[in-house]
Amino acid sequence: MLSFVDERPVRSSEDVVTIRQAVRQRAVDLGFSLVDQTKLVTAASELARNLVQHAGGGVVKVQTIAEGPRRGLRLVFEDKGPGIPDLQLAMRDGYSTDGGLGLGLSGARRLSNEFAIDSTPGQGTRVTIARWK
Amino acid sequence: MERIPILKMGEYLLVTIQVDMHDRLALALQDDLTQKIVSARAKGVLIDISALDVVDSFIGRTLADIASMSRVLDAETVVVGMRPAVAITLVELGLSLEGVRTALNVERGMDLLRARIEARRLA
Repeated sequence: MLSFVDERPVRSSEDVVTIRQAVRQRAVDLGFSLVDQTKLVTAASELARNLVQHAGGGVVKVQTIAEGPRRGLRLVFEDKGPGIPDLQLAMRDGYSTDGGLGLGLSGARRLSNEFAIDSTPGQGTRVTIARWK
Repeated sequence: MERIPILKMGEYLLVTIQVDMHDRLALALQDDLTQKIVSARAKGVLIDISALDVVDSFIGRTLADIASMSRVLDAETVVVGMRPAVAITLVELGLSLEGVRTALNVERGMDLLRARIEARRLA
C-alpha cells in the first residue's frame, strides 16, 4: 500500500537534520526530480526548525499520497507550543519573533504545492505541506 | 561536539563542508572561522559547499554572516560549488545571499580571492 505514515519526534537541531534525511529518502523513493527533492527537503528543514525554536519540539509526520496516477508526499508538523496569535503576520516575508530571517513559513509555502496552517494560541500549531511529483 | 575543519594555506583559509550541518555546527564554524581569520592573519576565506544538498535559511544566513564578519576583519570570503538545485531552491525560498561572493568551483574561487586581495594591495 502506498499510503503509510511515518512519525518522528523533533526536539533538537540534530533532529532537524534527521528529518531532512528522512524526507530526502522518501522523495528519492517516489522518484522526485532533484530540484523537487531539494525544495521539499528545504521546506521541511524550515518547518522542523520552527518546532524546535518556537515550541520546544514537536512531531513530523511523513505520508505518501496518491491521486489517480499522481504521487506525492505530505508532511505534517505539529507542536503543542504557544501557538501563533496572528497568522497573517507570521506568514509575511521577513517577520520573525526570534531574530531569524523570517523566511521559514513564507518560504516553505513557496516551496510547496499545498500549504495549510492551523494554530490555536495556548494549544499549538499544525502546518501541513504537500508536494506532487 | 564535532567541528568543521579549517585549513590554512598561506594567507588563505579553506573550509570544505562535507556534512549535513545542524544549526549549532554552523554557528561553531562561524565562531571558529572568525577567530582563525585573526590568529592566522588571513586575507581570504574560501568555503566549498559542493557537498551540501540543502542550504536552508539558517545555513544561508550563516554563510552571509561569515562573509560580513570576515569583511569587517579585513578578509574576503568566496563561497564556491553551490549545486544548481540548491541555487534554485534558495532563490524561491527568498534568500539571494546578497553580499556573498560566489564562484562555480574552487579553482575559480581562488582566482577571485587572489584578484580581490591583489586589488586591495594596490588600492
